Amino acid sequence: MRLVGRSLLVGLWFMFLTLPLLAVRVNTITETVEWRWLNLVWVGLGTFILSLALALWRQRSESQPQRDDGEGDITPRWRERLFHDQTVYRPLLIMALLATLLLPWLVDIYQINILVLALIFVVLGLGLNIIVGLAGLLDLGYIAFFAVGAYTYALLNINLDLGFWAALPLGGLAGAFFGLLIGFPVLRLRGDYLAIVTLGFGSIVKIVIENEDELFYGAMGIADIPRPGLLGLDLSLDQSTLYTYYLVVALALLAIFVTNRLKDSRLGRAWIALREDEIAAVAMGIDMAKCKLSAYAFGAFWAGLVGVLFAARNTFIHPNSFTFAESALVLSMVVLGGMGSIVGVTLAALILVLLPEYLQGLAEYRMLVFGGVMVAMMVFRPHGLISPSRRRYTRPQAQGEEG
Amino acid sequence: MDYFLELCLGGLTRGSIYALIALGYTMVYGIIQLINFAHGEIYMIAAFIALIVSAILTINGFTGVSILIIAAVIAILYAAAYGYTLERVAYRPLRNAPRLSPLISAIGMSLFLQNYVLLAQTPDFLPFPELLPEFEFMDPVAHLIGSAELVILVVTTVTMLGLTFLIRSTRLGKAMRATQQDMTMARLVGINVDRVISLTFVLGSVLAAIGGVLVGSYMGQINFFIGFMAGVKAFTAAVLGGIGSIPGAVLGGVVLGLTEALAAGYISSAYEDVFAFGVLILILVLRPNGLLGRTVRTKV
Amino acid sequence: MALLQVENLCMDFGGLRAVDQVSLSVEDGEIVALIGPNGAGKTTFFNCVTGHYAPTGGEIVISPPQGERARIDGLKPNRVTALGLARTFQNIRLFPAMTVLENVMIGRHCRTRTSLLGAILRGPGTRRQERETIDTSYRLLEKVGLLDVADEFARNLSYGGQRRLEIARALATDPFLLLLDEPAAGMNPQETRELDELIVRIRDEEGLAILLIEHDMPLVMNLSDRIYVMEYGCKIAEGTPQQIRSNPRVIKAYLGEQDDA
Ligand SMILES: Nc1ncnc2c1ncn2[C@@H]1O[C@H](COP(=O)(O)OP(=O)(O)OP(=O)(O)O)[C@@H](O)[C@H]1O
Ligand SMILES: [Mg+2]
Repeated sequence: MRLVGRSLLVGLWFMFLTLPLLAVRVNTITETVEWRWLNLVWVGLGTFILSLALALWRQRSESQPQRDDGEGDITPRWRERLFHDQTVYRPLLIMALLATLLLPWLVDIYQINILVLALIFVVLGLGLNIIVGLAGLLDLGYIAFFAVGAYTYALLNINLDLGFWAALPLGGLAGAFFGLLIGFPVLRLRGDYLAIVTLGFGSIVKIVIENEDELFYGAMGIADIPRPGLLGLDLSLDQSTLYTYYLVVALALLAIFVTNRLKDSRLGRAWIALREDEIAAVAMGIDMAKCKLSAYAFGAFWAGLVGVLFAARNTFIHPNSFTFAESALVLSMVVLGGMGSIVGVTLAALILVLLPEYLQGLAEYRMLVFGGVMVAMMVFRPHGLISPSRRRYTRPQAQGEEG
Repeated sequence: MDYFLELCLGGLTRGSIYALIALGYTMVYGIIQLINFAHGEIYMIAAFIALIVSAILTINGFTGVSILIIAAVIAILYAAAYGYTLERVAYRPLRNAPRLSPLISAIGMSLFLQNYVLLAQTPDFLPFPELLPEFEFMDPVAHLIGSAELVILVVTTVTMLGLTFLIRSTRLGKAMRATQQDMTMARLVGINVDRVISLTFVLGSVLAAIGGVLVGSYMGQINFFIGFMAGVKAFTAAVLGGIGSIPGAVLGGVVLGLTEALAAGYISSAYEDVFAFGVLILILVLRPNGLLGRTVRTKV
Repeated sequence: MALLQVENLCMDFGGLRAVDQVSLSVEDGEIVALIGPNGAGKTTFFNCVTGHYAPTGGEIVISPPQGERARIDGLKPNRVTALGLARTFQNIRLFPAMTVLENVMIGRHCRTRTSLLGAILRGPGTRRQERETIDTSYRLLEKVGLLDVADEFARNLSYGGQRRLEIARALATDPFLLLLDEPAAGMNPQETRELDELIVRIRDEEGLAILLIEHDMPLVMNLSDRIYVMEYGCKIAEGTPQQIRSNPRVIKAYLGEQDDA
């Protein structure tokens, strides 16, 4: 009963908080006030139920004996099997792969186009996952590297008539180069300063593109960027979309493969160690500047790479595709998926791009939800939906290559 | 010369508002070492509430300074409530979490509040009523500074003096300073640290709300996004002066306001924001402890 | 030539002189203890030696058994570690979200080499190196008695377990001198006894010297070949355990401390 009373108070408090903004709307031109009391009722009811549910959940988990809180996971057994038992995860992976490859034959061209976008964001998520998830460097301007890639292709195409395939590696390298450029002076900063600097860097890139008409075609954007070419063949729009789809699938698979390899390599472990405890990591002989820079540049590389693909898919790029909102979107993928977790980030990227596309009513609330998700994840499940699993290694006696 | 003076006064006005918001960042950072990304949104919400209240009052036939006072008081109260709730919901549960967690939570909160206002109200700019009183004053300065600017300068100065008094001489101020130096120690000597932190958020929000009301009526229009840029700039000001330092925040605000106004006046106003970010990055890279900040060494 | 030779080391924090003209040396195969009341500057001394602070005065010279003499004051911590000094921390600093084994594997970082490309392609060279890293790490876990928790997350270990893991991690960097900052803090008597044995065993089997900070006097007296005593940043005594036990200044420093408490 005490809980109900408290939750009631919480509900009332939030009704009070949202009163002026949710219940009132004024029109200063016609000088009328519109009252929307119903909204308040919803807020009150919603927060009441939420607060009650939370309180009950807390009470229950307190009354239960404290479990090994390490992963805060409800079904360790299930997780265990999913990630460490080859006979379980191999077939699952193969099925997922088959589905990805066959999907374009089942849906129409419009859907494929959306899938391409979703997969582009998967690669972005995986790239940022290296920087934020593995190395623990909070980057709020990640989308700038994506812009660098996209503009690299567009400008190289206009000025030097370079094709997609020539621009692809160059876009990646340009991203990495910018990563080094900005990373070099700022990576020794404290984590939160780094966040602000990258936020600034992201905004600067956008503002500069917007205002430099001669160099970057300013706020008009760049149109008529060629789609990816296939051996000089003349592809119809549908064929080209299909081709782009397989390209981005290949790119996403490559990103998954590479980050997976890196995660359990000497370098990847060093990144995680730096994320966990900088001072201890340095004391273990890890060169902080070098490791952070490599993470930063490598993460930026993926953004640049997939930026080229983005430009080719859209055939039109505009500074407004590269705002803080996009950076926040990619960040919430990493946060939702679980920092460092490849499976998690991949799934989160798909969910966060596809859900608003298909639930049109939801699209409006996208950013609101991202924000809420970030807070809720940090408060309730800081390890993400799928907390990163660490690899096991076999003991020396049991001679076998991998664990 | 007059143009220069005009720019300077404009910069000073702008800078004093940055300083008001910067104080909130600096106080919170001083106590829990968190960049409260959502601080700018509190400022924006206060401006919206002032706008809504004053519109209602105007429609109901109120006039003159009474509107300003009522609207400002309500906006300040609400900002305080939002600041308090923000800390309770998004930061307090993360007091002992890894350092990245509260930062991400703060960014999430900022996005959330922005879009909450966007959805609840409007994505467009709203005209803000002219609340600040108009009056005539003596000739030699009249063409340099408007009455709104003068009001802003006076109000911000008085507010900052009040804050200084509060921190120097009251029990709360002492508790805040103690908590800032060593949270564990403060707790041991019987200071209710949670309450001090809550009050710090409330205090910072009140200052931001004053800034919000002033800016709203000075600029004449607001939208849901004003908090973001103002927040980044105020944060720049806080870092410029040395984050955690209260006089530093004021100095940083004024310096940033002046440089921005001069750059916009003499170079180009399209790059105003680039300029602010440029200053921020330069300061962080060259003098991360700011103009007034002391060097701190992380203890091993 | 002493393995570690510190001459007149000074460290100032603003107006506070935390370490004042301290000289100290460690010879091959020795176990040397650094003791002193709280706030004496022992940890600060360690931090200067391992590169976490750049000392404001004095010099630190190492002469590794294989390798040349080198001045190390002012070097970055990772350079110092690469040269053969490894440490543990007073306030345990593990990598909580990594497994126990991986924590030790991190120690091998500075003794291995892989390029980005090597890590992605995972060629035979990289694989051999990984295998070597894994084997060494398992061996060290066995030595400190953590074999059966190798796949646990480090944050789930008991306090004593975490302290032993820190030692294993430091050993993984192949040091010639191991610096332990209060390794017995927070351990129960049983664990402390085991630690005592472990330290001796490490010295004998790994053939390295040990410099340790410790407040547990029985442990220190039992273990050390020589002892240095610090108070208020200054060295007030050095000698064998017998000499230290009967040194009037040391007794005064410690009794004085108890008076305050
Ligand atoms: N980074 C720092 N900045 C300022 N002062 C410091 C710093 N590190 C240590 N000190 C000061 O130096 C003095 C010595 O501290 P130190 O930690 O070296 O003592 P200690 O002998 O290790 O004590 P304990 O036995 O409690 O661990 C203390 O007064 C401490 O406050
Ligand atoms: Mg110490």
